[in-house]
Amino acid sequence: MFRRLLAVTTVFVLGTFSVASAAEPIKIGAILSATGPASFLGEPQRNTLLMLQDQINEQGGLLGRPLEVIIYDDETEVNRAVAAANRLLSRDRVVAAIGATTSGNTLAIMPRFSSARIPLVSMAAAERIVKPINPWVFKTPQSDRHAVLRILGHAQALGFSDIAILTVSDGFGQAGREVLQELLPEFGMNLVADEIYGPRDTDMTPQLTKIRGLSPDAIIVWGTNPGPAVIARNRVQLGIQTSMYMSHGVASKRFIELAGEAAEGLILPAGRLAVADQLPEGHPQKALLLEYIQAYEARFNAEVSTFGGYAFDALQLIVEAITKAGEATPQAIRDNLQQISGFIGTGGIFEMSPEDHNGLDEQAFVMVRITDGDWELLVE
Amino acid sequence: MDLGTFLQFLAAGLTVGSTYGLAALGFTIIFNTTGIINFAQGEFVMLGGLLAVVFMHWLDPGLPAAVFLAVLTTTLVGLVMERLTIRPVQHTSVINLIIVTIGVSITIRGLMMLLWGKDTYVLPAFSGTTPIPILGATIAPQSFWILGITLLVLAGMRYFFSRTIFGRAMLACSFEPKAARLMGISVERMVMASFMLSAFVGAVGGAILTPLTMTSYDVGVLLGLKGFAACILGGLGNPFGAAAGGLLLGVLEAFGAGLISSAYKDAIAFVVILAILLWRPSGLFGAPDTERV
Repeated sequence: MFRRLLAVTTVFVLGTFSVASAAEPIKIGAILSATGPASFLGEPQRNTLLMLQDQINEQGGLLGRPLEVIIYDDETEVNRAVAAANRLLSRDRVVAAIGATTSGNTLAIMPRFSSARIPLVSMAAAERIVKPINPWVFKTPQSDRHAVLRILGHAQALGFSDIAILTVSDGFGQAGREVLQELLPEFGMNLVADEIYGPRDTDMTPQLTKIRGLSPDAIIVWGTNPGPAVIARNRVQLGIQTSMYMSHGVASKRFIELAGEAAEGLILPAGRLAVADQLPEGHPQKALLLEYIQAYEARFNAEVSTFGGYAFDALQLIVEAITKAGEATPQAIRDNLQQISGFIGTGGIFEMSPEDHNGLDEQAFVMVRITDGDWELLVE
Repeated sequence: MDLGTFLQFLAAGLTVGSTYGLAALGFTIIFNTTGIINFAQGEFVMLGGLLAVVFMHWLDPGLPAAVFLAVLTTTLVGLVMERLTIRPVQHTSVINLIIVTIGVSITIRGLMMLLWGKDTYVLPAFSGTTPIPILGATIAPQSFWILGITLLVLAGMRYFFSRTIFGRAMLACSFEPKAARLMGISVERMVMASFMLSAFVGAVGGAILTPLTMTSYDVGVLLGLKGFAACILGGLGNPFGAAAGGLLLGVLEAFGAGLISSAYKDAIAFVVILAILLWRPSGLFGAPDTERV
């Protein structure tokens, strides 16, 4: 009798406990590279997540529950990212996760999340993350393919046909090179020179001299700082007048500072964050972008970057999925994530579907020209 | 290939090669006095450039003064490095001392990263950026500064080691420290001077290169590696060989990239180095090792 009473009491107590736990936080994990070589990407992402978490909780949280973002720094190392993934899945028991910052780390942690059936939203650009589609994995940045499509579209409109490419020998450059090699023939263009430089090279005049000798209509450079700044300066030194396109990898003010006057006239695809104030009034992203820039710069006293925007979109997409689902279970979040349509983020307007876990197309980029040391939005 | 293209490749190669040559010269100076390969040499080059940027930003004393201050500070870093890390363990084997220099290099790199972040920085050019046309090639004015100062430093070092009593005393320490001490040479002071001198040479290189090649906390790694390769190519211990090795390495890379394939330019340069070393194991200008038995 006493035992039964105890049992009943226990059930009752546990029951009230689970009612009380309605106010238990919704836990979302994040794995990002706040330190190490990719910290220029990971640091604004961490800041953005902390800022959003506070904003959401000030407005009463999610479904009446506070939001808790559990952030682990993978130090840009694969092993750390995998360890953090294990911890998020087995100890923290998150309902969804954001990460990782880099493509390599994302590819390493993806299988763990899909086998645990927890949705993962990556902030890395590689197309392989969402192609072929993994039912549990999403990503927010635009793909290299979108940037290439924008550049080639611009070049085609100007009637260019002979194209030279100069790519950096790291992962970013070689991924861009593959897409360029694939898409150039589709636009009816000829690849007249396919040159490569090292990430730490300090003089690219040999490559540019060779390219100059082949007299292409345009040169496309694919790399991240400082290489493209060196190339821009070498181009001026050699007196090359040919149009030069850069990749979205240099769409930061730092590049203009490094290249100085040599940056004038370069054309590149960039997310709308860089030119938020130049967007036409009434552009759907304008208000959101200006608000994000203002809030970020006020809180962290640092210039906002496109990379932080990837984290902004990742968390907001998960929040939107939870709100739409009315519950915070991994299955419901995943199902609703791939139904999201017309969602306005910093990177573009997301149209998710079970077949498309990125939800962006080349319209997520705009073409900008560097004029008087600043971005100039080119009208489409 | 027309003359203009040829000159363009040559200018690119000589400019980059000067970088390697100055790093190699620093290796040579310390090796000549102590027998140590100083793997913090690349860090001296980095400090010369990055500190010049920092002084420009902080004090804004004008470019020449900023460069002067950066070179002076780096020379002092060389002194402190020798005093704090080399002298306390000077009686251990050379291998141990080399490991110490690797530790110092990682520490300096880490400190600069923490203090100034991972961004890339640039200095204004010494005399404008309007390229100078020569026989169909166009060359950045800074390239002339780099080549000129490199040759000047090289000539100075050659004179110092072969003609001055101080330089010859330093050289004596590497051959036989005991005998040098018996001749009244203060070996400790010579070792300290060698670290300061090599930091000085490295810093000059870093400061004159930064306007053209930019700098960041981690440029020292590659410069150290290429500088060391240049040293071996030219013959370890010979200042003239070190600089020549650096210039040759730079020219090989430039012509490799321009004429054969830019994807394999490093490989092309190193294949040539291997071939040369098979032909002359002690380097182009190195005297073959002879040991008295």
